[in-house]
Amino acid sequence: MVLKYLIVKEFKQMMRNIILPIVFVLLPIGVINVLPRIATQEVKHLKFSVVDNDHSALSQRLMNKIAASSYFDLVGAFPNYNKALATIESCEADIVVEIEPEFEKNLITTGVASVAIDANAVNGMKGSLGSSYAAQIIADYAAQLRDERGLDASGTTVAKFDVAPRYLFNPTLDYKVYMIPALLGMLLIILVGFLPSINIVGEKEKGTIEQINVTPVSKIEFILSKLIPYAVVGIFLLTFAMLLARGIHGITPAGSVALIYAFALVFCVVVASIGLIISNYSSNTQQATLTFFFFMMIFMLMSGLLTPVASMPAWSRAITEVNPMRFAMEAFRTLYLKDASFGDLSPQFWRLCIMAVVLWAWAIASYRKNS
Amino acid sequence: MNSIIQAENIVKTYNHHRVQALKGVSFEVEEGEIYGLIGPDGAGKTSLFRILATLLLADSGTATVDGLDVVRDYRKIRNRTGYMPGRFSLYQDLTIEENLKFFATVFGTTIEQNYGLIKDIYQQIEPFKNRRAGKLSGGMKQKLALSCALIHAPRVLFLDEPTTGVDPVSRKEFWEMLQRLKENHGLTIVASTPYMDEAMQCDRIALIQNGQFLTIDTPQGIIAHYDKPLWGVHSDKMHQLLDDLRSWQGCDTAFSFGEQYHLTVKPGVSQAALESYLHGKGHSQVAIAPIEASIEDCFMALMDQPETTMKQ
Repeated sequence: MVLKYLIVKEFKQMMRNIILPIVFVLLPIGVINVLPRIATQEVKHLKFSVVDNDHSALSQRLMNKIAASSYFDLVGAFPNYNKALATIESCEADIVVEIEPEFEKNLITTGVASVAIDANAVNGMKGSLGSSYAAQIIADYAAQLRDERGLDASGTTVAKFDVAPRYLFNPTLDYKVYMIPALLGMLLIILVGFLPSINIVGEKEKGTIEQINVTPVSKIEFILSKLIPYAVVGIFLLTFAMLLARGIHGITPAGSVALIYAFALVFCVVVASIGLIISNYSSNTQQATLTFFFFMMIFMLMSGLLTPVASMPAWSRAITEVNPMRFAMEAFRTLYLKDASFGDLSPQFWRLCIMAVVLWAWAIASYRKNS
Repeated sequence: MNSIIQAENIVKTYNHHRVQALKGVSFEVEEGEIYGLIGPDGAGKTSLFRILATLLLADSGTATVDGLDVVRDYRKIRNRTGYMPGRFSLYQDLTIEENLKFFATVFGTTIEQNYGLIKDIYQQIEPFKNRRAGKLSGGMKQKLALSCALIHAPRVLFLDEPTTGVDPVSRKEFWEMLQRLKENHGLTIVASTPYMDEAMQCDRIALIQNGQFLTIDTPQGIIAHYDKPLWGVHSDKMHQLLDDLRSWQGCDTAFSFGEQYHLTVKPGVSQAALESYLHGKGHSQVAIAPIEASIEDCFMALMDQPETTMKQ
């Protein structure tokens, strides 16, 4: 009864806040609608300059082939390498493709001709992906020429590999499918973690905690009254975000929706407890906010949201073992992309459960009614 | 009469014992009395309240409220005491009614159950019950806070500077409400205040300074103990007068009290001697008259450092 009224009070305060209800609606829309479109790792429309020293039919065909690809836009053809390089320096182009003199002749007489690719690696991902796309197109061209002529120029038959990758679970390598499940986790940590972190400390600042502390309300009841409303908000946000993902991008989970909710609920308890612990130790909202953002940054960067955990150094991989965000993200991604069963995800699930219990107990223990 | 509050040798320090807020305070409060803690800011009043309200742990010493130890039985005490902190600490984003209902619920009771106790006070703000607490005037906030502190029918009420920042009319009203609570419901009230005029409303007062009790007595008793001759002095050059009085050889202490200065003198000096001294200093329209001591005079006399005044 007391707990129920404490929770009702939290909801009343939440809804009377001028900004919060708006954030609850706008943030999921922003995260799900906008972020997957802009935070994409797909590299398209790379600008390239060409130095064609050969001016032959074959070199012309190569140029056209690159330009025809959706990955590349041709900036222009330049008479020499330095002029083409200048377009990289002025950021007009990302890549320079240089075709050697006698390209056609070498190709026909010796079967070997060289093409140089220079990529601007200031943005490392763009540089490496761009050059590998270009190399792929050129290799493709070489294979095409071989097929047309039935043999390579030297007249000997060479072994030929046809490499055709098949992308499992995400056949078109659609970045959105991969990103949205992770963004669900991000959404939860932002709202369900951050709001509790400023809640108790906010009551300290306003002085209302004094009046609560002289009541017989127990620590467990008090912490539950702070935790349950945010878990409920978290579930509401998740539902809203999943509907948005379906409505806007047509992305639905391949796996069980019930499992997604189970993970989300445990994850909400974990992040809300972290927020409450921070709130208990802080003496003003500024401290709480900064501390929370410190943890949130680490949780996100070490979660596999942007870079795979497997490619991290060993010490950092060890830290991710206690990163709740990592397990939630793995679960959301697996459930969205593959039809994973509970058995497949049980290590992640139990780890999150242990974290939830430990952190919740910590949140209760760190709340002190007297000093 | 039974003591409802007993405190023995309460010591509280802050900042790793560097700041001594309470230096071994002992006192008793009897059931059904209004007990006033009178002292300047920083005297240790709030620390003492927080210890008695089970919000703060004393370094040493023991205290009981209604026979319950403040450390061991803190849970039970919370049901039997009402605490109103110096700062308004109700939920500003909840309405009057919601705040009252909230505190009734967390204490496991209902508004109806104890309505008799708060009726007098709550009726005055009931017309605005759907207004948010943050939008109330100072006097209304204070009435709401008092209602919330009373809603679980406590045996003892702790009021930490309840009238600070409230206009004189509301202050007077507030003390009348406290008197009625005492008379009609037998409530024991411990209140602190920096206002000397409010001290007279208490049955007994403790003058507190620098974490120590200077004296505990009825207001009348404290005044009766004041044994020095006290003169009220006035002239046309009030600003200069205080310095002149203090540099006079016959002066013991001189303080500003509203319209005039209160002066205590060394034994054996006469009013005529002072008058001629002041005329010599260029004062005219000099008025000197013996006056009755007020609580504030007593407090001044009891304070260690006479330079600090109560309310500037």
